[in-house]
Amino acid sequence: MQSAKNEFLHGIKDELPILVGVIPFGMIYGILALSAGLSKAEAQAMSVIVFAGSAQFMLVQLLGVGTPALVMIVTGFVINLRHALYSASVAPHVQKLNPIWKTILSYLLTDEAYAVAITHYYKKGDSTRKHWYFLGAGLALWSSWQVSTAVGVFLGAQVPPGWSLDFTLALTFIALVVPTLKDRPSVLAAVSAGVVAVLTAGLPYKLNLIVAAVVGIIVGLWSEQQ
Amino acid sequence: MNSFWLTMIIVGMLTFGIRLSFIVILDRWETPPMIQRSLRFVPVAVLSAIIFPELILRGGTPDVTFENLRLIAGIIAILVAWKTKNIIWTIVAGMGVLLALQYFL
Repeated sequence: MQSAKNEFLHGIKDELPILVGVIPFGMIYGILALSAGLSKAEAQAMSVIVFAGSAQFMLVQLLGVGTPALVMIVTGFVINLRHALYSASVAPHVQKLNPIWKTILSYLLTDEAYAVAITHYYKKGDSTRKHWYFLGAGLALWSSWQVSTAVGVFLGAQVPPGWSLDFTLALTFIALVVPTLKDRPSVLAAVSAGVVAVLTAGLPYKLNLIVAAVVGIIVGLWSEQQ
Repeated sequence: MNSFWLTMIIVGMLTFGIRLSFIVILDRWETPPMIQRSLRFVPVAVLSAIIFPELILRGGTPDVTFENLRLIAGIIAILVAWKTKNIIWTIVAGMGVLLALQYFL
């Protein structure tokens, strides 16, 4: 049985590769937010209050072109709807935790923390302290998002796009998914979700992710029945 | 307090609500077996839905030719991930191939 501290540190460690892709993204967000007319305090506060990269990017772009508040709110909501899938997916694993834990882990439930935490939950071993791993991964991401926002906002610094560091995010997700493709239903779920995501990429607000995930899940269930 | 603060706070609360939603709902509600079985496919489906467009789309249009360097790097990374099951090696291989191709082509 892993101790709470070990789980926590392990979560931080496993989140590190993702941070390579997230940090440049946070810096760009900080710079964009200021150029859209946000104050430094507003730009930084949004990283704490909203804490969702794509939604933050979209909101500052909409603000920059003078979009009404209601439209920005609906847009932010729709972009983040995909997190409902993550919520359902982690729900059975956090069921026994108290409300404070559930609140904290929900706040930290981003794409990047979810990817790492859910992979850990599915790994063998019946540790009852995997929520500490989730917390470690979530806090590692949270801190780097705040610091990288601050670097963009207060120093105006960014990583040259030619370094292609954003690609590390896709690579990390590949490293997390590929080893879990152990049976036919998961392979078919992965391929069908991926293809549908490409075909529906024209949908606004990342809705293609939801459509693709639902198709992938249905294909997986169907294949299981065969 | 100007209206952007209010917008930001509302979006923040909605986002938190979405993230908390099923953690609360599935706690109180006897989950049908169908839903329980589908949950196993959520990670693989969602992550693949994020990965594929990153590899295949260039400027919003699908490109499955050898001109698409991210696709080549991604395929190599998939092979490395499959062989090694190691995150660091996968990233090193994928980034190495991408940067090398960007540099030499």
